[in-house]
Amino acid sequence: MLAPVIAYYVIFHYGPMYGAIIAFKDFSPAEGILGSPWIGLQNFQDFFGSVYILRLIRNTLAINVLDVIFGFPAPIVLALLLNELTNQHFKRWVQTITYLPHFMSLVVVVGIMIDFLARGGLINNVLGIVGIQSTAFIQESNWYWILYVGSSIWQSVGWGSIIYLAAIANVDPALYEAAVVDGANRWRQMLHITLPGIMPMIVTLLILRIGMMMSVGYEKTILLYNPSTYDTADVISSYVYRKGVLGMDYGFSAAVGLFNSVINFALLFAANRLSRRANQMSLW
Amino acid sequence: MSTHAIRRSRGEQAFSVLNIILLALLMLITAYPLLYVVFASLSEPSLIVAYRGALLKPLGLTMDAYTRVLQNPMIAIGYRNTLFYVVAGTALNMSLTCLGAYALSRQNVMFKRPIMLLIIFTLFFNGGLIPTFLLVGQTLHMADTVWALIVPTAVNTINLIILKTAFESVPVSLEEAARIDGANDFTILFRVVLPLSLPALSVVVLFYAVAHWNSYFQALIFIQSRDLYPLQLVLREILITSNVESMTTSVSSADTFEIGQTIKYATIVVATLPILLIYPFLQRYFVKGALLGAIKE
Repeated sequence: MLAPVIAYYVIFHYGPMYGAIIAFKDFSPAEGILGSPWIGLQNFQDFFGSVYILRLIRNTLAINVLDVIFGFPAPIVLALLLNELTNQHFKRWVQTITYLPHFMSLVVVVGIMIDFLARGGLINNVLGIVGIQSTAFIQESNWYWILYVGSSIWQSVGWGSIIYLAAIANVDPALYEAAVVDGANRWRQMLHITLPGIMPMIVTLLILRIGMMMSVGYEKTILLYNPSTYDTADVISSYVYRKGVLGMDYGFSAAVGLFNSVINFALLFAANRLSRRANQMSLW
Repeated sequence: MSTHAIRRSRGEQAFSVLNIILLALLMLITAYPLLYVVFASLSEPSLIVAYRGALLKPLGLTMDAYTRVLQNPMIAIGYRNTLFYVVAGTALNMSLTCLGAYALSRQNVMFKRPIMLLIIFTLFFNGGLIPTFLLVGQTLHMADTVWALIVPTAVNTINLIILKTAFESVPVSLEEAARIDGANDFTILFRVVLPLSLPALSVVVLFYAVAHWNSYFQALIFIQSRDLYPLQLVLREILITSNVESMTTSVSSADTFEIGQTIKYATIVVATLPILLIYPFLQRYFVKGALLGAIKE
């Protein structure tokens, strides 16, 4: 019964890992993976010498740093605020509405963004009422990081809060009762009981998030960016897509992808180590 | 908790009010873009383009944009294909994932630990986009076929782990009893394990189905024939590359832009409606799934 699943993993996951050796070859589809000549680290050297590498790494890191600073705490704050609500009916409404964007497709989310942020779009119209000049946000490389991270938060803050709400629900109620007896108000309870109670969860997720500092998905990037914003928008994964899938420069782009995969794996491995040492929680 | 409520100080009351305002604001920020899209899709094209400001209701009322969208053959083709990819893809997903999860959830499976390690490893390391692209498209000759959209994503590791965990919680005694009655592995899976794991099964079905519905990238890189386009790829053309020509053919060029705008909004509604409609009913399953997926192996 295991055979189909093993076959799937071997072909579709370990197959590409084998195929990644084209990173060390001058690959041409006609000659195939085995037939193409070895060229050692030439592809990697080309990448390290390219004018784009610094820009790609800077953009990848910048988007991740902004996301860790703003995107990571957002669902924690939301969960804490939801937990303070006494009206359960209202709480369910907030949850239902804020979980929803998680299920919308990237094409729709980015499509709405492009439309709202265009000159003559909703955002510029509203800004125009208060006298702010219209901006073609989608064409402005200065706005890209904010738009990328902001829309990610919009789409994921509600869904991300679920895991923290579950952690809050697991905090021992006796602790709150004791705190009330000691005269702690709600603010103190949040600060001294709820927050410490979910701290292990926060630390673990933060460490794992930091393990992903070098990855930004191409799926959203290639929808949201355009040549006028490449300067801030282009990340390693989107560069691999353009060079490889569109440009058919297979060996080179496989090398860039492999470089990124190895760094990601090393980061995550280190992060997991740290997480295990910090509070005995790890992914494996 | 009653003393808790009575002892609320003035500061706490102020906080409660502020909290409600903040969360109401968050709801507004989340929901308003969607409401705007619905309102705009029902509005008169000329009014909507001339309007400056936020909409609180449709301007005028017309179904014209919807008529055009539904008459667009590409939308119909996209819908039909996506339905096929969702149904066929999810069926393949579930068959493989259930078999694998069952086999891995039994005790005394040979090489269970190394196999599990090899599977989990793929969560953290992969060969990359280009080798996958070459493997599926060239080595396996799946380019421009429906297989490219359902076979390479046949098993999702997180979903596999969710099901494996669920199957493990089925009491071993039930399995032993069935075995004494002469049941083989397949009978045990279908008659004992699956019926006792319905909540987890429904979560995984939903995750797979939504993923198929929303996916566009696989189709973008593997599919060239417009006949095979899933809905999301049709949407991408209309929304991202602003191609609404096929739906504005009978319109004078002066009106094309205006009608194009409402067509975009109507397209978004048509493409998102199925998920919006089923979502409220399935929300608790999704939430359960979010927590199951977070549990480590």
